[in-house]
Amino acid sequence: MKKDKPRTVLESLNLAIHQAMADDARVLLIGEDILDPYGGAFKITRGLSTAYPDRVLTSPISEAGITGIAGGMALRGLRPVVEIMFGDFISLITDQLINHLAKFRYMYNEQVCAPVVIRTPMGGRRGYGPTHSQTLEKHFLGLPGLRALAPFNLLGKDPLGAPGKLLYDAIISSEDPVLFIENKVQYLLPLLTQDELLDYTVEDVSGTYDLSTPFYKLSICSAPPAKVTMIAYGYMAHLAFQAQHQLAYEKEIFTELLIPTQLAPFELSPLFESLRRTGRLLTIEEGAGALGWGAEVLSQAVEVLGSELKKAKRLCAEGHAVPAARQLEEASLPNLTDILNAVQKMV
Amino acid sequence: MDRVAEYYAEMYLIRCFEETLLAEFKRGIFHGTTHSYLGQEANAVGVIGQLNDSDIVVSNHRCHGHFLAHGGDLFRLFAELMGKNMGVCGGRGGSQHIHWQNFYSNGIQGGIVPMATGMALAEKRKGSGAVAVVFIGDGTLGEGVIYETFNMAALWGAPILYVLENNQIAQTTPISLSLAGDIQARFEAFSIPAVRIDSSDVMEIASLADDLLASIRIELKPRALVIDTARFGPHSKSDDTRSEEEIAALQDKRDPLHIHALRLDESERKALEAEVQAKVAESFQAALNAE
Repeated sequence: MKKDKPRTVLESLNLAIHQAMADDARVLLIGEDILDPYGGAFKITRGLSTAYPDRVLTSPISEAGITGIAGGMALRGLRPVVEIMFGDFISLITDQLINHLAKFRYMYNEQVCAPVVIRTPMGGRRGYGPTHSQTLEKHFLGLPGLRALAPFNLLGKDPLGAPGKLLYDAIISSEDPVLFIENKVQYLLPLLTQDELLDYTVEDVSGTYDLSTPFYKLSICSAPPAKVTMIAYGYMAHLAFQAQHQLAYEKEIFTELLIPTQLAPFELSPLFESLRRTGRLLTIEEGAGALGWGAEVLSQAVEVLGSELKKAKRLCAEGHAVPAARQLEEASLPNLTDILNAVQKMV
Repeated sequence: MDRVAEYYAEMYLIRCFEETLLAEFKRGIFHGTTHSYLGQEANAVGVIGQLNDSDIVVSNHRCHGHFLAHGGDLFRLFAELMGKNMGVCGGRGGSQHIHWQNFYSNGIQGGIVPMATGMALAEKRKGSGAVAVVFIGDGTLGEGVIYETFNMAALWGAPILYVLENNQIAQTTPISLSLAGDIQARFEAFSIPAVRIDSSDVMEIASLADDLLASIRIELKPRALVIDTARFGPHSKSDDTRSEEEIAALQDKRDPLHIHALRLDESERKALEAEVQAKVAESFQAALNAE
């Protein structure tokens, strides 16, 4: 069991799985190439097969099969964690997610639960091309019976770090299946500490709204009233976090940044509260925008706020596959500059 | 009741239940659809009769026979199909999506196979001694996820019996148009020993299932049982494209009730039948009256 304080998202998630396996013998891990010394394609499972050789199952390349097997195990009282090596491969587990895992509890009339956690990294910026760079979670948001979570790279108060705490709680205590959305570029981000947050006010407002996972609200310390509300999750939340500082210190544009960690079921009360102050909404996502996450955020905001919402903009990927070439990929995914420009255009 | 009489009563119960359903569907008592198990009763009774209480049964869209053979409550199954609160899943699941004790069914072809295999692996990890049985059909052989699962079941030693009820027709498509190669060889390719029997005799099926389950319990490894069988009814309610002559010929040669009836004396058989008929009628009426 590692005792060091985690420094990155990767270390935080790794520590969380170590801790969950130490605390609960029902937890086991299934995935491709997860054995040491390799420890998984992105190293989140490093050290686990050494510490728990009987509870880490390296699998054939059979995403649907392992997800279904994990579902069966969960129905019979275990708490399996499945790693899907690339987020792109969740297309392969769609039937198991939709017609099995997400259905069991409801269709069997609350007599069972299927607490499987499926972790997978989404996202581009690594040059992996059209089938290894996508952000596909929008297709799995809003499925009754399936929770979707995405961590933010904050150290926080818990010894596991905030990403790890989110994962740990999902593994140990979720009653519903969880799709845990990670991001390849997010893995190596440092967990933000007090030092990096000196200029920010960071609040977790989940308690105020009775939410089951953290919902962060970031603003610049002692700033005048914010003009724009940004909402983002995962890696895009980190870019928005950087943009928030630059906008304040270089452009004197002040914003509030809302960061949900539970993407489904959807609860946006903290966002509405912020929008009542700013009247301007920027949604930021790495995936394709049409019929997506930002579209749903925006439509809910319109329903709740009506004419109080003055301006709105969705920032998202270009409407084509993620290209492999560096310059093409950079041009197709929303980046820091895009966020800066979008906010400036709104005020 | 001895085993011979017990098997007859269970098969006759399934027969009566399914015939009642089809008849009452026509009268508008039930809503939705059903998949009739008529003709295949010996498979459910022969296999499930060899299980212990703690063992797991996983079934498919055609699940009423397996549910009843598992000892599932008749009244609550009727109530489920009528959409009543007293139904086995409060009316949420309906005909194809049932859970009761160690019985689970789902209406997706193939997807139940990894689920059942995961259950078997979980019981092995827990050291409970329980094994799982999952029922699939010849139509399921077209779904890819089952082959992923057979591979892992063999690799990881899942204590599970795969029962393939080969009724030779998937909805309306005969096996000649949907299947290349050999059925047993599909299991054997993954080192899963597979036994094939062409029979509607419950005693023959029971004996084979008993042997296979004994091996699974000792070795903690999967086995497969392929039963060539016959479906007398439509795929669901009224979608049979086969000729009446073809079905009559199947009924004449392969009726598990006729085959097994020869082992009972007539008065005993008639008494059993009357008892089962009364039970089905009573449960049906109780379900009709239920909330």
